Formats: sequence, structure tokens, C-alpha cells
Amino acid sequence: MKTPFMHRLGMHWARLGLLGSLVVALAGCERPPMESQQLGYRGTGTVEINNPRLQQVILAANQVPEALPPAPSDGPKASAVYQNVQVLGDLSAAEFTRLMAAMTQWVSPEQGCSYCHAGGNFAADDLYTKLVARRMLQMTMHINSTWKSHVAETGVTCYTCHRGQPVPKYLWYEQPAPKQGGAMGWRNAQNTPAAAVGLTSLPYDPFKTYFLDKEPIRVQSVKALPSGDDRALRPVESLQHTESNYALMMHFSGSLGVNCTYCHNSQNFSSWSGSRPQRVTAWHGIQMLRDLNLSYFDPLKPTYPADDLGPLGDAPKANCATCHQGVYKPLAGASMLKAHPELAVAPVAK
Amino acid sequence: MIEYQNLFTRVQLRTDSHGPAHTGLPLPRGDFGRTGEPWYFYWAGKFGEAQIGPIYLGVLGSASIVFGVLWFWIVGFSMLSSVNWNIIEMIRQLPWLALEPPPPEYGLRMPPLHKGGWWVIASFFLLLSVLLWWARTYVRARALGMGTHVAWAFASAIWLFLVLGLFRPVLMGSWSEGVPYGIFPHLDWTSALSIRYGNLFYNPFHMLSIVFLYGSALLFAMHGATILAVSRYGGEREIEQIVDRGTASERAALFWRWTMGFNASMESIHRWAWWFAVLCTLTGGIGILLTGTVVDNWYLWAVKHHVAPAYPEISPPIIDPALTPQGASK
Repeated sequence: MKTPFMHRLGMHWARLGLLGSLVVALAGCERPPMESQQLGYRGTGTVEINNPRLQQVILAANQVPEALPPAPSDGPKASAVYQNVQVLGDLSAAEFTRLMAAMTQWVSPEQGCSYCHAGGNFAADDLYTKLVARRMLQMTMHINSTWKSHVAETGVTCYTCHRGQPVPKYLWYEQPAPKQGGAMGWRNAQNTPAAAVGLTSLPYDPFKTYFLDKEPIRVQSVKALPSGDDRALRPVESLQHTESNYALMMHFSGSLGVNCTYCHNSQNFSSWSGSRPQRVTAWHGIQMLRDLNLSYFDPLKPTYPADDLGPLGDAPKANCATCHQGVYKPLAGASMLKAHPELAVAPVAK
Repeated sequence: MIEYQNLFTRVQLRTDSHGPAHTGLPLPRGDFGRTGEPWYFYWAGKFGEAQIGPIYLGVLGSASIVFGVLWFWIVGFSMLSSVNWNIIEMIRQLPWLALEPPPPEYGLRMPPLHKGGWWVIASFFLLLSVLLWWARTYVRARALGMGTHVAWAFASAIWLFLVLGLFRPVLMGSWSEGVPYGIFPHLDWTSALSIRYGNLFYNPFHMLSIVFLYGSALLFAMHGATILAVSRYGGEREIEQIVDRGTASERAALFWRWTMGFNASMESIHRWAWWFAVLCTLTGGIGILLTGTVVDNWYLWAVKHHVAPAYPEISPPIIDPALTPQGASK
């Protein structure tokens, strides 16, 4: 027979268990209150929800360093003073030196000039870091001049990605499939907790799919009813491609610190007419990343030492997080380009 | 002292206090025997009868379990294989792991085993297992002289299962439309299905299914609460009160008539519950079957039929950037 004492003991454990599971279940939550901001027409759920305490931390981490005092634009040109100047040789030597000093501050503040220039010989191309830096300089100018559809007049500088580190914090490499045993386990390039896609079981490498290969991204039908023509599109607009697209959107959301509804009207994700203008900017961002990865990052593969390459031997590449780093406007929208107008012009083809 | 009028079950339903455990009615000649010596479990007695077993498996039950175990093993070993036979990793990553259906390029052909072939085989075994278990619920109900209401309610759930894993993939011409066997992966599949086919919330059969799902929960809560509330008047003897209406029935009926103007009867409330539960998966199955086969974008379908509200634009009209000269050049 159960005694009343044992019944009470049972209830005691039951309560403790309930409390314990509640604590575990809520452990992943952020404490209220949150701030919500209406961004679209009422009723559409186009609302941005932010944690003001986290926002403060993020803003503090996205302060821009003070710009160096401007240099005179007269005097001899950099290409006349220095040897082997392949980019921005038209600048005055003073302006050129100022940019070099700024780049050291942005990219290698601890390592100094010798991170790229070995043995006091500024002209030598001995170090791979200098070759990469030159290409990245051209890329920065290419972005600021060609991709205004994405970076607007705010533009980017080395600091947008580097933040005082020789290697930007957020890069991507092609990911090998997780090791598996025998012919049974098949993950279909998904179903592994990947940070890139918000720890979901969605496909873990949307970057190669959309930022390097030009996989079609549009999976939703633009017609209410299916027709015979759709049959051919079925493999392209499959549920599995939808999951890849979804994985990419998880990356967008995580990298920009926003919800789906920052750009989309969830009533109909694909429709442009109900979307916010930010979605157009993001669309150009996808095209921009594909351009940068194909024209600048991927071709640098032979330049890097093996240690800097990914597990599959590819060069480090860029995605949304590389610049955005958790904020929908990198560096909270501050423009460092204004103090460096030389980076806003198109690079002269050599 | 025995009480039977609380939110929690206070009565331990045991037969061993006055004789041997109940093994059930004698079986007809030629039937399989029952399996297991009956025993008592205190915590089971908190939720129902304290006696566990014996169980009748028979041919249908045994075959169903064999095929069900085959499905379970194929799924389990696929997951284990996908983490390189590492048990610790299997436990750690279990919510993410799955047995995936084949990629779309295979259509309805048999894909290689390691590219969804195991999914097709496992699905076949699961189908057999579920159908055999359905037959078992039908045959056992008949053997006990019962109606077959449980079997037909179960059939409604099987209809949705068949639509998801068999009818719709066949109509779509691709096994890749099927559902992966995994915890998070099947949820991702659900989101992907809704996104791909233009927001399932605009699917009227999905709407109906939700009504019956939430409605079932509401009815269950209303009915359970009503019966517990009148159990002090013998209200738990629902079946007797159908034909011999006592004060419990009268009070329960009055309560609902006073609060909402209408009351179900002791008999009809069970039909309400049965139909709500059955219609949940019945309408849900219709909704899924139409998705992609007959309707390609539920939102646009809802616009066409004036179901979806149109919202005014608050920003300058947004145009597909791929259609602008600037975007088209990329």
C-alpha cells in the first residue's frame, strides 16, 4: 500500500520535475521586454522585433574608427614616387601614404606595414598578403563604383569586413559532406546542425549554390493553377530546392539581424509588390556576391598558401555576414567612404 | 476512502485485491493466444487501469509489428550510418537526422539505395505496417462485438498519411515530394511545402482541417470538464445516461444551454467528437492532395477567388529587380 507520505513525496518530485523542465525549456529565450517596430501596412505582420539590450551591444561593436586627417592632393604622384604601384597610382604620394596608413589601421594594426611589405622593400611582391591586398583594393573600388545598387553612397572600405583583423571574421568555404559510413546514410547535403543556416536541418551550404553557382532561386509559382509547362520546371522548383532557398534566407536573417518580414510580406513571399524596398537591395546583394566570389575571391586560390584554403582546397569567399556582421546596415550605416573618396572610383584596368 | 470526483485520477483500478488478474474473455478456437502474464503498475494506475497485459497480437498484429520494426530499423540505421556509426553523435544530432526521399531528378523511378532508395523501401514497409494495424483494429473490434468506429477514425488518419507519402508523390510524378523521416527535417519539409505552393494558409481545406483540429481540442476539453463536473452525480456513467437520463445529464445539459443556448446530448457529444477528429485529417488530406496537383500557388488562387485581402502599398511600388534594365544586365 502507498502511504500518504509516499503520495506527498511523489507529488513533490512531480512538481520539481515540472519546474526543472520549465527552466530547461525557457533557457534558450531572451528576457522580455522586446521592442517592436511596424514597418509595413497594419495587419501584414511586417514588424521588426528587437531586443534593446542586445541592440546596445551590437551597436557598441559596430563603431567606426576615427578617420586619418586628409592629405594634400598636390605634389608628386604615388606612381612617380614609389615603384610597382599598380592601383591608385594617380593619387598624390601623400594621399597614397595616408591610404596605406589607414589600411594598416583597418587590417593589420598589430602586424603593421610588414604584414604585406617585407624587409622594408615596398615595391616587392614577395608576400602573398600584398597580392591579396592589392586585389581586395581593386575589389573595394569595384564594389563602390559598380554596385551602388547594393552599397549606395555609403560604400565599403577594408574596415567594413576586416574590423582590425588581417582575416575577416565571417568568410565561407565549400563544405565537405559529413563523414558517413557505408551506402546507407545519405544526408542530401542537409540535416546537420550548421551555424550558417541557424542550426536548422536545412541544406548546410547555400553559399556555393547561390553565391558561386547560379542556381535558380525562384521556386514559387507565379500562376494560381499548374499547367503542362510546369512539368519541366518541377525538378527546379522542387521542395528540396525550396529548402535550399530557405537555408539561404536563414543566412540572410542571421547575418543582418532581422526577421523574414524585414523584406517580405509573409502573405506571399515571392511577390515583389507587397515587399519592402530593402528586398530589392538584398536582391542586388546576391548578384554582387556572385560577381565578387567569381571575379575576385575564387581566382585568388593560387595566391594563398595551403593553410588559408578551405577543407576542399577553395579560396575564402564572402557572404552577407562578411560585411553585415549581424547588422542590417554594416557598421550601423556609418559611411567610412566619405573620408576616402579615392576608393569610390572604378579601378583602372591594368 | 475512494473518491472519483477530482481533476486527477484518485482510484487505483486493480483487480488483484479480490482475485486473480483479469485475462479477458475466452478466445474462439483456432485463434492465437494472448501474450504476457498480466501485472500491475502503480503509475499506469494513475492514468488508467493499473493492469498491464496480456496483449493479443495475432497474425495481423505480429505482421504489422514486423514491418513496423523493419521501417524503424531502416530509418534508424540510415541515421546511424549518416553519422559514421557513432552512437554518441547519433544521440547528439538525432533531431537533425533523417532518412531523406530521393532527389527530384529520379521522378517515380527507383533511385539508388543510398540516394533515397532506402526511403522508398522503408515507406513501403511503413505502409504495410499501418494497413495491417488498421485491419487489426477492425478485426479486434468485431471480435469483441463492438462497432468499427475506431477503425474508421484511424482510416481517416491513414488517408492523410497515404496522401502525403503515396498519392500526392505519384500524382506529382516524383518521390522527392514525399516527407523525410526525421524530427526537424519533416518540419522543414512542412515549411517548404507551404512556401513552395504559395502559403498553405490560403488553402480552404487546410483552413477546415485547422478548424477541426482546434475544434477537437476544444470539444475534448468541454466534454471532459463537463463529465468531471457532474461525476459527483454519476455523470461518468455516460452510456447509461444516454437512455436513462439522470440528474447528472440534466445539470450538464442545463449548464450549456444556459451558457451558450444549445447543448449536445450524452449521445451526440460523442458523435461531435468523432466527426471533428475524423474531419481533421479527412479535410487535411484533401488539401494536401490538391497542392501542386490542382493548385500551384494557394495565395494567387485565393486572390483569384477573392479570399485573400489586398493591402495598400505604403512605400513606392516595388518592381522585380530582374525586370529592370539594371537587374537584367546581371
